[in-house]
Amino acid sequence: MQVEDKGKKGKKPKQKKHATRVDLTPMVDLGFLLITFFMLTTSMLKPQTMEISVPSKDKVQEDEQNKVKASQAMTILIGKENKLYYYFGAQENGIDPELVETDYSSEGIRKVLSTKNAEVVNNVNQLKLDKAAKKVSEEDYKIKLSEFKAAKSAPTIMIKAMDESNYKNLVDILDEMNICNIARYAIVDITDYDKELIKKKDPSAK
Amino acid sequence: MPKVKIPRKSTTVDMTAMCDVAFLLLTFFMLTSNFVAKEPIVVAIPSSVSEFKIPERNIETVLIDKDGKVFFGVDTQQDRKEILLNVGKAYSIEFSEKELAEYSKISSSGVPIERMKDFLALSPERRDSKEAALGIPTDSLNNQFEQWIKTARKVNRELRLAIKADSDTPYKVIKSVMNTLQKNNENRYNLITSLKQVSTK
Repeated sequence: MQVEDKGKKGKKPKQKKHATRVDLTPMVDLGFLLITFFMLTTSMLKPQTMEISVPSKDKVQEDEQNKVKASQAMTILIGKENKLYYYFGAQENGIDPELVETDYSSEGIRKVLSTKNAEVVNNVNQLKLDKAAKKVSEEDYKIKLSEFKAAKSAPTIMIKAMDESNYKNLVDILDEMNICNIARYAIVDITDYDKELIKKKDPSAK
Repeated sequence: MPKVKIPRKSTTVDMTAMCDVAFLLLTFFMLTSNFVAKEPIVVAIPSSVSEFKIPERNIETVLIDKDGKVFFGVDTQQDRKEILLNVGKAYSIEFSEKELAEYSKISSSGVPIERMKDFLALSPERRDSKEAALGIPTDSLNNQFEQWIKTARKVNRELRLAIKADSDTPYKVIKSVMNTLQKNNENRYNLITSLKQVSTK
């Protein structure tokens, strides 16, 4: 006490030097807490999407177009319980087209589509190799890709799904379109005729 | 006994560098990631090989769960107020400023418009419960979903549609949603999928 009194009476003594070393451990704890918060509440992955565009609804010509297209195209029918069928062309002279049952594996629909689209698939694979070997630039790649996909020999596909099928089936088929490089496809309503074909093929279903 | 004083060295480690590292990591995470929006229902999306990334902004999301319930949301906060206001007008329901402000905080929701006021009056935890998620009606006699879509398009022309549906959603629901969209000339939309690896032969 006596020491302090002396100090107050006289001039201000030299300031007592404070310790200049601050312990940063709590600061680090705070930092890691915030990191953990951000790691848990945010996501670095941006979700992927598939682009779809459907034609505008022109009621007038729709039925005509569908009939014409169907006779030269391949129709894929998506049934319930993950069943999948396809046929080529349309009913001619009262003879039903042959309905083939297949599945979603790579041995199923993908094989069929790849063989149908063989020319395009080969061209695209070659193009991809060229791109990897840097022989083709990015813009050229895109232009050539659309050229190949729109080739005359490429099939037109009509996708018809039954009400009882599920969304995953649809996405899988659209995916296969992408994998097999099919440029022309459309999602259309299933007709009673198609439902009949399925029933004939598989009377146990329903 | 020898009177050797053992020299004591300081045991505190200088934490400055560690602190720098921690804040660098934090800054990295803050700048490169996006907050995941809380959705009213959990959706198990199917996978696909498509590698398109969803666009960053101006997205209107249509969520469909496996029972066929439809939810709708826009990611731009300022549009939400206007959309709710206009949808309310179409069904002759007035929303107060407070309700509009509450709505603009929700990223996506789905209740029939008649129940919207009650929904907004619930606390945020109650809103996330399963019972509150009723879904927007889409049947042809009461297609409120169409109204939401039309209003959203009017409010913001740049919105891109993204559909996020559960793998097990029956096609019937998807078809009716797609038909509604087609009727309103919404012909380009994205389906949100997770990435799947496939080997192309």
